[in-house]
Amino acid sequence: MSNASNQYSAKNEVSNVYVRRTIFQRSLIALSKAPFTAWLGMIIVSSYFFVAIFAPYLAPYGEAQIFKVPYAPWDSVHIFGTDRLGRDILSRLIYGARNTMGIALTTTFLAFLIGVGFGLLSAILRGWVDQILARFVDILMAIPSLIFALMLLSIFGSTALNLILIIAVLDSTRVFRLARAVGMNVVVMEYVEAARLRGEKISWIMGREILPNILPPLVAEFGLRFCYVFLMIASLSFLGVGIQPPTADWGSMVRDTGELIQFAAYDVTAAMTPILPAAAIGILTIGVNFVVDWFLYLTSGLKDEHQ
Amino acid sequence: MSTSKKSRSLLLDIRNISIEGYSDEAWHPIIKGVDLQINRGEVLGLIGESGAGKSTLGLAAMGFVRAGCRFTGGSISFEGKDLTKLSEKEKQKLWGTKFSYVAQSAAAAFNPAHTLLNQTIESSLSHNLETKETLQKNAVQLYREMQLPNPEEIGDRYPHQVSGGQLQRTMTAMAMTSKPDLIIFDEPTTALDVTTQVNVLATIRSIVKEHQTAAIYITHDLAVVAQMADRIQVLRYGETIEVAETNQMLKSPNQEYTKSLWAVRSIQKKTQKKEDTILKIENIDASYGSGPMVLKNIDINVPTGRTVAIVGESGSGKSTAARSITGLLPPTNGKIIFQGRKLPARLSERSKEDLRRIQMIYQSPDTSMNPRHTVRDIIGRPLKFYHGVVGNRYTEKVIELLRMIELDESFIDRLPEELSGGQKQRICIARALAAEPDLIICDEVTSALDQIVQEGILKLLLRLQKELKISYIFITHDIATVKAIADEVVVMHQGSVVEQGLKKDIFSPPHPDYTKLLLSSVPEMDPKWLTRILKQ
Repeated sequence: MSNASNQYSAKNEVSNVYVRRTIFQRSLIALSKAPFTAWLGMIIVSSYFFVAIFAPYLAPYGEAQIFKVPYAPWDSVHIFGTDRLGRDILSRLIYGARNTMGIALTTTFLAFLIGVGFGLLSAILRGWVDQILARFVDILMAIPSLIFALMLLSIFGSTALNLILIIAVLDSTRVFRLARAVGMNVVVMEYVEAARLRGEKISWIMGREILPNILPPLVAEFGLRFCYVFLMIASLSFLGVGIQPPTADWGSMVRDTGELIQFAAYDVTAAMTPILPAAAIGILTIGVNFVVDWFLYLTSGLKDEHQ
Repeated sequence: MSTSKKSRSLLLDIRNISIEGYSDEAWHPIIKGVDLQINRGEVLGLIGESGAGKSTLGLAAMGFVRAGCRFTGGSISFEGKDLTKLSEKEKQKLWGTKFSYVAQSAAAAFNPAHTLLNQTIESSLSHNLETKETLQKNAVQLYREMQLPNPEEIGDRYPHQVSGGQLQRTMTAMAMTSKPDLIIFDEPTTALDVTTQVNVLATIRSIVKEHQTAAIYITHDLAVVAQMADRIQVLRYGETIEVAETNQMLKSPNQEYTKSLWAVRSIQKKTQKKEDTILKIENIDASYGSGPMVLKNIDINVPTGRTVAIVGESGSGKSTAARSITGLLPPTNGKIIFQGRKLPARLSERSKEDLRRIQMIYQSPDTSMNPRHTVRDIIGRPLKFYHGVVGNRYTEKVIELLRMIELDESFIDRLPEELSGGQKQRICIARALAAEPDLIICDEVTSALDQIVQEGILKLLLRLQKELKISYIFITHDIATVKAIADEVVVMHQGSVVEQGLKKDIFSPPHPDYTKLLLSSVPEMDPKWLTRILKQ
């Protein structure tokens, strides 16, 4: 027949073929275009992690080590002074990063495991499974979570394990809703139907077909959730039911040194002492938000409209 | 008929226009120095495959480029002005008054929250062309000319209250309200069923002729453009392949490429007699939830190693029939007998072996392949899942399958977004083959592809059938595709089977009424076809 169809070859067919880039190359391009706030956020977050990981080498003293002088002023021996038991504030700040962030990270991971697991299950199975799970989540979300957590911690006792489990379950409700909503959009795709027709198990459909496609919003949500969990732990510690002494933690440090703020008229540095752990909490929250904002902007596809 | 010999004045003159688009951190040419002239009252057909730059050129005729595109050279002269040099504000004065645009999907272009009449006159009103009352009167007159039912009242309806064909005609009326000099029709009937398409084509043609409006008619279907256009311009990769009067273009195209645009129409499969039956569907009923019955008492037989084509318009239940066979939508009544054995109705009750033997290929390879899986995973999964193939054998098998679909091992680590449309569909075919099925259900597998790619896919399917003795159920709305691939044909309409039989019997008279309507609505390459069909 015609020459054109004789020359036709599927291999040479071209259309809008994307340039193949490795994840490393793509990250480099994204990083080179990252705005100032994103860089600031990344520097903040990575330095916090650095401090948390190398806490024993960075801290001048142990986290529970007691010195003779309580409420020591800021000087060269104790840079930020000591608290009412005579523990070095700087050391406790450094160890606090490790404890608070470690627990917050574990809790957030657990919350995502529960939330994403049930959320996707709900999205795939629909029907009564979805109804029961979603209504149960509605009930949990109807109760103010800080008060609910306070109550549960008073019942079960404030151990680190209980703290992690209770906050993870309470926070997984938000993750459940997100995972269910974005999962629903993917469940209706034909490749999920194709997997069902193949006879795949539900775990494969969840983990291999759906999860990779909803990862960007989940990663962004992970950053935000981490902030909330972190703030919640700090709040609970401030109220006295969170991380228990002698473990160093920023929330309880604010509570312990809180009354010093009234001496601002006499000694400014002493009044600054409770501000330090509070600032540590605030700066990390802002840093994580900067990074998440940028990540959302990169992955949501909004960027094309702004050009 | 279509070309009046009166000397017409030049309306729009595009000279050597170039347009670039921004993607992947660089500017890429989309239109590479194209000339286009259009006279007053003339209809120019713009034809080419997807990615040829038809829509971009059509929009450029109004001096418009999409976001992320830019003019890089050439001129567009209209009434002594160069549109590429005008400011946005000056161009906005022309848009909606001198130029108007009819988009492919009317359903997406209308605002669901406003009535049709308000939307029809909206742009003319905002340009202060006439008073509201006059515009409304004119709009009703246009509705009448477009042969919309109840022209006085239809304007008070909302977009979801009228059919797709009516919406497309309303959109044409909207384009006509400002009495423009030039209308750009961008694939206005592509999304419509053939029987609806005939009416829309006829009304568009008569209204354009009556008002002596010039038009650019963009489409990928040469048979449609043959009915509409005085002249045809063929585009490929942003360049003009050839321009000629319609009659001349159809009789003797200069370029081989132009001939390839109707490639599928040249394949003809010889009907083969059936031997034994692989799949037998008896008296199946089906409905979604407690809704109305979508399938009513369906009987279909599929002979072993042959192809049964199911044809019908959208909503006829062809895809639902496929869903019932696969078990995704268990039928409420009736039996599915596969290889002499009754299949459980529900997907969850079927064995892995049952599932393996019936595979499915979808219309859109973009949504039927997981965008995060590589070709290796996509083709390899059924191998591992059904046949337990692992290790070196796994990669060998995947490459073997790639060769079978005329690709090679260089594709093995690509993601779907790194493949062209035809290649994607081939990978889907390979995924189905990997299961070593006895029956493949193809749901509109070629509908989203260009003609020449369609031809390649159809030839591949025919070859695979010959080599592997696979049976196909081929669901399509395109009669040319049916002629190319089917042994037997099932005609469906409103959830029932109108008739089933050998291809040559179905396509030769006498026909039941519906089959007759369906067959006569398929545009033919003859430019007088539409005129002839309307006379009947």
